[in-house]
Amino acid sequence: MKISYYPGCTLKTKAKNLEDSALASLAALGIEVEELERWNCCGAVFSLADDDLIHQVAPVRDLIRARDAGADKLTTLCAQCYNVLARANRLMREDEEKRKTINLFMDEEVDYHGEVEVVHYLDLLRETVGWDGLRERVTVPLEGMKVAPFYGCSLLRPSEVAIGGEDGGAPRALQDFLTALGATPVKFSASEECCGAYEVLVNPVEGLKRAGVVLSSVQESGADAIVLSCPLCEYNLGRKQPEIQAAVAGVRDIPVFYFTQLLAVALGLDVTAGRFELNIPSALKLLRDRKYIEAPATQV
Amino acid sequence: MPNLQKEMEAELIPIFIMGKRYMVPESLTIMKAIEYAGYQFIRGCGCRGGICGACSTVYRKAGDYKIYSGLACQTVVEPNMYLTQIPFFPALRREYDYETMEPVAESIYQLYPELFRCVACNACTKICPMDVQVLDYISALKRGDLEAATRISFDCIQCGLCASRCMGELPQYHMAQLARRLYGGKIAPKAEHLRQMVEDIASDKFTPVMNDLKAMSVDELRKLYTERELEPAMSGEDWRPSSNVGL
Amino acid sequence: MSITILLRALDRAMLERVAEISGQNVYKCMQCGTCTSVCPMSGDMEITPRQAMLLIQHGLVDMVLSSRTPWLCASCHSCQVRCPRGIEVTRVMEALRQIILRENRDMVNPREIPAEAISEMPQIALVAGFRKLTS
Repeated sequence: MKISYYPGCTLKTKAKNLEDSALASLAALGIEVEELERWNCCGAVFSLADDDLIHQVAPVRDLIRARDAGADKLTTLCAQCYNVLARANRLMREDEEKRKTINLFMDEEVDYHGEVEVVHYLDLLRETVGWDGLRERVTVPLEGMKVAPFYGCSLLRPSEVAIGGEDGGAPRALQDFLTALGATPVKFSASEECCGAYEVLVNPVEGLKRAGVVLSSVQESGADAIVLSCPLCEYNLGRKQPEIQAAVAGVRDIPVFYFTQLLAVALGLDVTAGRFELNIPSALKLLRDRKYIEAPATQV
Repeated sequence: MPNLQKEMEAELIPIFIMGKRYMVPESLTIMKAIEYAGYQFIRGCGCRGGICGACSTVYRKAGDYKIYSGLACQTVVEPNMYLTQIPFFPALRREYDYETMEPVAESIYQLYPELFRCVACNACTKICPMDVQVLDYISALKRGDLEAATRISFDCIQCGLCASRCMGELPQYHMAQLARRLYGGKIAPKAEHLRQMVEDIASDKFTPVMNDLKAMSVDELRKLYTERELEPAMSGEDWRPSSNVGL
Repeated sequence: MSITILLRALDRAMLERVAEISGQNVYKCMQCGTCTSVCPMSGDMEITPRQAMLLIQHGLVDMVLSSRTPWLCASCHSCQVRCPRGIEVTRVMEALRQIILRENRDMVNPREIPAEAISEMPQIALVAGFRKLTS
């Protein structure tokens, strides 16, 4: 079985920490994936207009690339990319008329009928290694780390593409993942709420407010850090913390990690795999202070 | 001397230039056919050699809904070709200070944020008369890969057809040109042997030899030329000339 | 909030356009208000999602179109997964946006975004924003 890997635009520039830690972890776990040789931006959001097919073309083209590469599965890290690719795939599998029209339009490509399966990295972990299997591979258990698992929107909604299998219950994937790593998942009210998404572009004030609500919720829960799976969430909840703190009273510095970074730490991988220098400063500080990773000798 | 020229009468075929029908010899390029029909080019014609991008032509064929494109100077006419030229499509180039620009993708994003309006419809690639994979270089730019954008856009002749078809209203070829300038001038490794040669010339390394040659008579030059040392055929990599004066 | 509804104010054509683009039966909405309660942006909207559905049902689409509601929507889909009648409310919001955008009216001008913001934000924000807010 061949698994292709779709990075998405942001991972190559602004989220190298997500990509590098993910690929290093996959290698350590013995899961082979191959980056698509040719791919285009997936579009970041799934087009919701019934009569609009042109905006489906971008993700479908990537699915075709995966199919042409001989892949059975296409895995991705960014929650937004996952959401778009998974929904576009369902569209091509389930809507005969739209499938025909899109294939007819994309006459420079071989017709696509949903041959590839789209799977988020967390589901890939769960399906191939399993949470128990993952626990056995952990060499640096994140004992004592209380982590708030932030799902955001794209990993869970709409329900047809929710990660974690189709049991229909409350999401468990990130909690089970954290437990396997030895960390303590913390419940908080904003776990499945929106981080603000693209509000930063046109309604920045409201966007900051939204992020502030999420961060306040995390703080109330007593968590040491947030873990998430999307560069836009990381930007809204992490990078924007100074601006949020200026706008919303009482929000402290909260470390933000990509889930694959905690995975890299727990698997005992070299600290360079985590690319922690790209996170907000409180993240690296937490890992060093709690001794999950070693501080370099020259660090003051 | 045998007469190698055979008189041939070319078959005349109909083509439509901006909707008007003309009978033209079938062996002509679009450009020659347009001139044969009596038009004189003052725009839409340049190098006549397939590289300047002035003569981009869009056409359709009878019984076929598709849109085709080609360079008028390189594309041979077909029966019932239905064509027009698009010598210019407006696409504004941003002003920038190359010297102070950082060679990172963000420099391009700041000048051309409409880059992110691309929806991967691929109309640009389909219309490109030089078979450049336009969508691929736009995708490369969106993910910050200046090297890939440079490499993929290399054959672009700036004809503007991509911009004319773009749903997102991007000026693709301007963005690619900026990527190539940034990559070529600021990222790609410099050619050391070129730098060395320029330095050698400037330091008069070759001046004595040049002066000697200039002072020689025609006979002396001819002797030098006919008696020059030739690299033997099938010589190995370690062959060296016996004299390296002038090298 | 009280509105006087006159028969001639009802724009069935617009209602049908919303229904067509969204593929949703807006009449199914029973005004339970769940969408508003889960909407992360409803606190900033002058017309809440529930109110928007009511106005659409009555053909008063233009009132929603002239509000900030469709543009504050972050497409988080919370409304949609919670709606007890299975209405895909996110698609209704998208339809409202499309009606405006398809008149070649953009809600953001890429060239007016500050340069530092463009450099700083992940590409996702720009791509998603342009897809939702420009035509």
